[in-house]
Amino acid sequence: MREAEAKLLQLIPTAEVYEHNARRLYIRIPRERITEAAKLLHRECGMRLAICTGIDTREGFEVLYHFSEDSTGIMYTLKVLAPKDDPRLESQAPWFPAADWIEREMHELLGIEFPGHPNLIPLLTSDTDWDKGKFPLRRDYERRNEAHEQ
Amino acid sequence: MSNRRIVPIGPYHPLQEEPEFFKLIVEGETVVDLEINLGYNHRGHEFVSPELTYDQIPFLVERICGICSNSHPLACVLAVEDCAGIKPPPRADYIRSIVHELERIHSHLLWVGLAGHFIGYNTVWMWAWRYREHVLELFEMITGNRNHYAMNKPGGVRRDIKAEQIPQILAVMDVVDQKVMMLTKAVLDDPVIRSRLEGVGVLTREQAIAYSVTGPTARPSGVDIDVRRDDPHCAYDKIPWSVIVFNEGDVLAKTKARMLEMCESTRIIRGCLKDLPDGPIETRVDEIPPGEGIGRTEAPRGEVFHYIRSDGTNRPLRHKVRAPSFMNIASNVVAVKGGSIADAALTLAAVDPCYCCTERMVAFEDGRVKLTGKDLLRLSWQKTERLRGRF
Repeated sequence: MREAEAKLLQLIPTAEVYEHNARRLYIRIPRERITEAAKLLHRECGMRLAICTGIDTREGFEVLYHFSEDSTGIMYTLKVLAPKDDPRLESQAPWFPAADWIEREMHELLGIEFPGHPNLIPLLTSDTDWDKGKFPLRRDYERRNEAHEQ
Repeated sequence: MSNRRIVPIGPYHPLQEEPEFFKLIVEGETVVDLEINLGYNHRGHEFVSPELTYDQIPFLVERICGICSNSHPLACVLAVEDCAGIKPPPRADYIRSIVHELERIHSHLLWVGLAGHFIGYNTVWMWAWRYREHVLELFEMITGNRNHYAMNKPGGVRRDIKAEQIPQILAVMDVVDQKVMMLTKAVLDDPVIRSRLEGVGVLTREQAIAYSVTGPTARPSGVDIDVRRDDPHCAYDKIPWSVIVFNEGDVLAKTKARMLEMCESTRIIRGCLKDLPDGPIETRVDEIPPGEGIGRTEAPRGEVFHYIRSDGTNRPLRHKVRAPSFMNIASNVVAVKGGSIADAALTLAAVDPCYCCTERMVAFEDGRVKLTGKDLLRLSWQKTERLRGRF
C-alpha cells in the first residue's frame, strides 16, 4: 500500500479506495472530513492540488479534488458528495490559495456553497447580464434559449 | 489618509492580446495589491463537450487555445485512453512527443518575443518571431496547418511523419539550437535587459507551492515538477532529457528556464526521430466503457489537466478542462506585490498568459472585395503544397 493512502486510511478508516490503475486512485470520503483529508495530502504528503471537478449526479453534487503526488506521478482523487437539498462543502480557500478560484467557479456554474470562502463572487460569468440563479453545469439547466434563437 | 490609487490594465489594453482585467492598487510607484477579473473569454467548453462524441471533442478542445493547440487534445485523448485502458502504438507515441515539443519551441519563442516587446526591446521580439516562423512552417509541412494541427485522436495520431520529412525537421532543429543560444547570450549579456528582469516579480518557492502553480512558472521558483517526467506518457520516458530548475523565482529565471527548455525540446525531437519505431500509427477503438479517466501533459505553460467521466455511450458525462494559466495567473497577486508599477506589465506577462493568434483579413480594392474567403483558402492550400514540395 502507498504511504499517502495508508495515512489517509488511518485518518479516515471508512474511506473507500478504488484503484483504476497504478497511477490513478479514487478515494471516497464523507464530506465532513474533506478539510482534514486535503490538509493531510497537501501539508504532510506534499501534494499539489491539480484542480477540482464538480459533477451533477443523481445522488447529488459530486466534487472531486484531484491531488497530484509529483514525486511518484500518482493522482489521488478525493471524492465527496454534497446532497442536492443541501449543497454545501467546507471551503479550502482560507488555508490553500490554490482552491480559491476553482471554488468560485463551482459556486457559479453548479451552485455549490462553500462556507468560509473569503470572496465567493463569480469568476467567469458576467457581472452585469448573467442570471445568478442559473447554473449551466446542472442537469436541469434549460439548454435551449428561445431568446437567442429568434 | 490613504495614498492608494487604482491603475487599471485591461480589459482591452494594447499590451494584452486577450481580454483580462487587472486592477493594480498602487501607493506612489509601488504596487500594493492586485485584483484579477476574468471571464471575458469564457466560451463554455465544458458545457458543449458532453454533447459531442469522443471523436469530435479533440477538435473542440484544440480551439481552447491557439498556442497550446496540441496540449489540450493530447491531454484529452490521454484521459479517454486512461478511462478505456487503450495503449496507442509506439510510433504514435513518438509522433505525439515530436509535435508536442515543436509546439513548446514555438510557444516559448513567442513568449521571449513578447517579453522583449514588453520591456521595449523590439529587436528581441523580431528576432524571436523570425525564428519561430521556421517552426510554424514545419507544422504546416507535417500537419497541413500552422495552428490547430488535429494530430491526436483516441488510440493514436491522424498523420504520419514521412521519412523524407525527417532531414528537414533536423535542419530546422539546427537553426533553432543555434539561434536560441544566440538569443540567450544576447539576453544574458545585455546589462539593460538583465536589470529589467533580475529580481523582478519574484515568486518564492512557498508561494509557488501554496498556489499550486505549474510548468515554467513553478520550475524557476525551485519547484522541481514536470508531468512529462513525473507521470510518463508518450515517448518521454524513452528519450534522455532533463528538467530545467532555477531557484531565484524572478522574471530572469523564468526567461532562462524557457530558453533552456527549448534546447531540451530539440534534444527530445532529435532523440524521437532517431528512435522512431516502425508500425501503425493508430489502434482500433471500439467503445469507451463506463468509468473515469485523467489525462495530463506538460503544455508550454505548465500542466494541462483533463478529466473524463464516461457512462458507456459515445459521449462523456462530464469533461473537466484545466489549463495551466488557471493556476498560474492566480499567483500574479503575490508576484506583483511590492514591485514597481513599470514592472507590473512584465510580471503579469511572465506567467505567459495564453491568447489566441488567429488572424483574419479581407482585402479591398476600389471599394470591392478583392479576395473572398474561398480565395484565401485556395492561397493557403497552395502555400502548404508549395512548402511540401520545397521541403
